[in-house]
Amino acid sequence: MKAILTVIGKDKPGIIAKVSTFLADRGCNIEDISQTILQGQFTMIMLIDLSRCGETLAELVGDAKTLGDEIGVSIYLQHEDIFNAMHDVDL
Amino acid sequence: MINNQNILETVHMVQKEHLDVRTITMGISLLPCIRATAEATADAIYDKVCRDAEHLVKTGNALAVEYGIPIVNKRVSVTPVSLLTASFSGKEPLLAAALDRAAKTVGVDFLGGYSALVHKGMTDSERSFLNSIPEVLASTDLLCASVGVGTTRSGINMDAVRDLGNIILRTAALTADKGGFGCAKLVAFCNAVEDNPFMAGAFHGIGEADRVINVGVSGPGVVFHALQNAEDADLTEVAEIIKRTAFKITRVGQLIAAEAASRLHANPGIVDLSLAPTPAVGDSVARILETMGLTQVGTHGTTACLALLNDAVKKGGMMACSAVGGLSGAFIPVSEDEGMIASAASGTLCLDKLEAMTAVCSVGIDMVAVPGDTPASTISAIIADEAAIGMVNNKTTAVRVIPVPGKTVGDEVEFGGLLGKAPIMAVHTPSSEKFILRGGRIPAPIHGNKN
Repeated sequence: MKAILTVIGKDKPGIIAKVSTFLADRGCNIEDISQTILQGQFTMIMLIDLSRCGETLAELVGDAKTLGDEIGVSIYLQHEDIFNAMHDVDL
Repeated sequence: MINNQNILETVHMVQKEHLDVRTITMGISLLPCIRATAEATADAIYDKVCRDAEHLVKTGNALAVEYGIPIVNKRVSVTPVSLLTASFSGKEPLLAAALDRAAKTVGVDFLGGYSALVHKGMTDSERSFLNSIPEVLASTDLLCASVGVGTTRSGINMDAVRDLGNIILRTAALTADKGGFGCAKLVAFCNAVEDNPFMAGAFHGIGEADRVINVGVSGPGVVFHALQNAEDADLTEVAEIIKRTAFKITRVGQLIAAEAASRLHANPGIVDLSLAPTPAVGDSVARILETMGLTQVGTHGTTACLALLNDAVKKGGMMACSAVGGLSGAFIPVSEDEGMIASAASGTLCLDKLEAMTAVCSVGIDMVAVPGDTPASTISAIIADEAAIGMVNNKTTAVRVIPVPGKTVGDEVEFGGLLGKAPIMAVHTPSSEKFILRGGRIPAPIHGNKN
């Protein structure tokens, strides 16, 4: 299963490091990553493979939110199918 | 990988524009529960609802977390209960209590189906059933009732319409301490649909499978924001924007519906292509109409804007899911839409304009508070007018009015939560009593006979 992780918030050093470490600790593989500053906000999107992750998606969502609260950014983790469904007619 | 702009659009819709799945509703057939006595039938009903819907709430919550999309309500609809009580006249409250207990046990928000379909005529047991509605709605918390009073094929049963005026007033009186709240759980339908996931009018039709998942989508806020970015668009472009947005919204509903049905081992039912507002700011159908260029909803042009919106929602949603059903279209409940509330409070939106709007959208006079001293015959006449619109236009129409005890025009009633608050709206005072007391049946229109 794959998921999309989105980070939105005020830019500061170490966001990518902390999020990457968080994912690596749980066996999640980052397959794609992009990062930009959008309207003054740090915006990062990752495609993550969860096939070797030790947690369920629901557990991971909760942990990611906690991490976001600690760093001071919003972290959303969602099953990739919701994006495919909304934006890909051929699904 | 999906492009970043699309990902951020989805995140933004959920976080800022109130995109949600409004309801996952499990339809459950109660036909296997009929026993020799009312007591045994009540027990069987309780057991079946608890068994079939045991994992509904848990599954809905899990899907919401995994897909990152709020699923606001988890509900159950059941076979019209009047079909089960036919041999137990007078004992209807026993079955109602069992259903209410079952709804609480499985943790759903509402359970619909305390219903009777009397669009052509009434049996003695159905008369007894209709009479039980006020006490049942006053003594239960989660049970919702509906009555089908007409169809395009059969005409309008005006005896039932006449009785409903009194039933609604009695329901209001028995729940007077809550502003007549019982009436918020009671709908009168013309052309009632068997797979509606929305309350209070949901019931599980007899043509349905044993266990079915129906999903109602929402998203007025998403459409509103899409149109805000199109200030200079002409109405052809406006319709296109709504279609594209409705497609995306509905695809979410289709995804959740398919996944929920699979996990719950239920038949995949329909997706109801709805724009269902909530009282929250930014989640209003009225504000969409105003974004099209109306200073306030209810003014001239409102019906045309609503017709455009309703049609574009259907066209966009139709391709996005495999089975369309339910009510499908824009909802215009007054108390549940902050834009409608504001317009009704200011006097721009009146009952007559609402009635006109129902000719071009998906439902009817919905969540409208009227003075507590409104005569039963006036309430019946409001139902008759709505039913006539539905019958002649071959569409579903409904009436959910709340005559609020002790309140009159200028007052307000608060129901709380998603049901919101409503200014008391004026009804016409000249009497319709003689018309209503005639009873009988308004014959089906000529185009109702299509064979």
